[in-house]
Amino acid sequence: MVRHPHKAPPPVSARQESFLRAHHRHHHKIALGRVFLLLLFLGLWETAAGLGWIDRFFFSSPSGILKYLGQMFADRSFFAHTGVTLFETIASFILVTVLSLLAATLLWYQNSLSEILEPYLVVLNALPKSALAPLLIVWLGTGTNTIIVAGISVAVFGSIISLYTGFCQVDPEMCKLIYTLGGSRRDALTKVILPSSVPLILSSMKVNIGLSLVGVIIGEFLAARRGLGYLIIYGSQVFQLNMVITSIIILCAIAMVFYKLIQSAEHYYKKKY
Amino acid sequence: MQPILSLRDVSYSYHNLKGETPALSHINLQIPEGSFVAVVGPSGCGKSTLLSIIAGLLAPEEGEILYRGLSAKDYCADSALRIGYMLQRDHLFEWRTVYQNVILGLELTHSLTKENTDYILKLLEDYGLYGFKDKKPSELSGGMRQRAALIRTMAVHPDLLLLDEPFSALDFQTRLSVSADIAGIIRQTKKTALLITHDLSEAITLADRVVVLSRRPAGVKREMAIHYEIGREDPLAVRGTAAYQEYFNQLWEVLTDGKTSA
Repeated sequence: MVRHPHKAPPPVSARQESFLRAHHRHHHKIALGRVFLLLLFLGLWETAAGLGWIDRFFFSSPSGILKYLGQMFADRSFFAHTGVTLFETIASFILVTVLSLLAATLLWYQNSLSEILEPYLVVLNALPKSALAPLLIVWLGTGTNTIIVAGISVAVFGSIISLYTGFCQVDPEMCKLIYTLGGSRRDALTKVILPSSVPLILSSMKVNIGLSLVGVIIGEFLAARRGLGYLIIYGSQVFQLNMVITSIIILCAIAMVFYKLIQSAEHYYKKKY
Repeated sequence: MQPILSLRDVSYSYHNLKGETPALSHINLQIPEGSFVAVVGPSGCGKSTLLSIIAGLLAPEEGEILYRGLSAKDYCADSALRIGYMLQRDHLFEWRTVYQNVILGLELTHSLTKENTDYILKLLEDYGLYGFKDKKPSELSGGMRQRAALIRTMAVHPDLLLLDEPFSALDFQTRLSVSADIAGIIRQTKKTALLITHDLSEAITLADRVVVLSRRPAGVKREMAIHYEIGREDPLAVRGTAAYQEYFNQLWEVLTDGKTSA
């Protein structure tokens, strides 16, 4: 066995230390690999555009995107468009989460109601929500309301179904325990079903935020004067591909930030329980 | 002695579209106050159904149950006459600390008084869990978890305890000590207990009376009084006596007779 040269006893064994070193090395390798892949992609893109392998006009280039971003910051349009899309996404995400929790609770509470509604929920979930968008425009006009409703419509039915299914899979013995201790069905809901479903609720939020963003962008394609979806559709119509691709990149960044936020909520929950 | 619980001609069947499955048929049973009764029988014979009916979670299709002279509807409504029920698994909630778990019953019956929480703290201390009261259930050993589940059951001051194979999830060694432990606690507090088990030796070491149920639909096949000269202080010593061996053989005979005749 390899011993440490210094006299004080090492706090961890040599084997543990080498395990830790290998572990950190592995993580560094992964992180490095990710950064390398991104740089490789950007480098290839820039070179290909610079050397004329691809047409700068159609495919844009990293430098073109940077320039366009700078311009967006300068004329403040970045904040206006990104802000609108963010606001609409967050609003529909919050509404989806609240609505689907309420609906799933109601379905769990009323067995016959869930049996009655099941086929309707399945059909509504399977329906392509973009088909609803023109209808929403006629009913609600073009603007923020329509777009938020579009965002809700994409995510809400799937979320209800997955939450309700999760509620039903909670061990019935746990509910029996509540009844043996003199609790009611409402107690079973608040003391067992909801607290045991927190991980499920968090993972459904992860899905919802993505789907809300999808719905909001669909909505902005069709019924907006502002927002990243609008920029994308407008840019493609006037052949401003820099505008389109920059907007897509901003969307990527938004998606990543949302994902990280919910992931850290998950970590917080796991640490606490 | 006046029985604390009596069942008269209790029958129960499960129904589904394919047909009817009779689980209990004309069960007659008297449980005297302060006794420790074990119910044994072939697996799947409806033992758990019996407990659910006594606890008032299921209503018998026929017959009647009297608990301190009251029918099921009345004693379920009366929170002072609560029946304690220990399930097969402890079901300690991972999102609550041990203390929050054991006060669950008080929380549900809205009786979180100083007096009751003091009683719980005393129980935690008596059963060696005081130092763990703010820990998560997953940090407890199997035996400690079972003791926590017992405290949760005792917290609402039940004077009848229903134990549905509460030791079956434990490994053999833990099981021996935890069952002795919990039986001792129940005897000390002079509670009446009805223990369901499929372990014959557990039944005859712990109980004063063993009720043998027949195969489904379950009826009472035999009742046996259990008595040891050396007393009950040491359940492990009981297992070494001649009387224990005798009871075991008798019980085995009763059970296997059932198998050959069916």
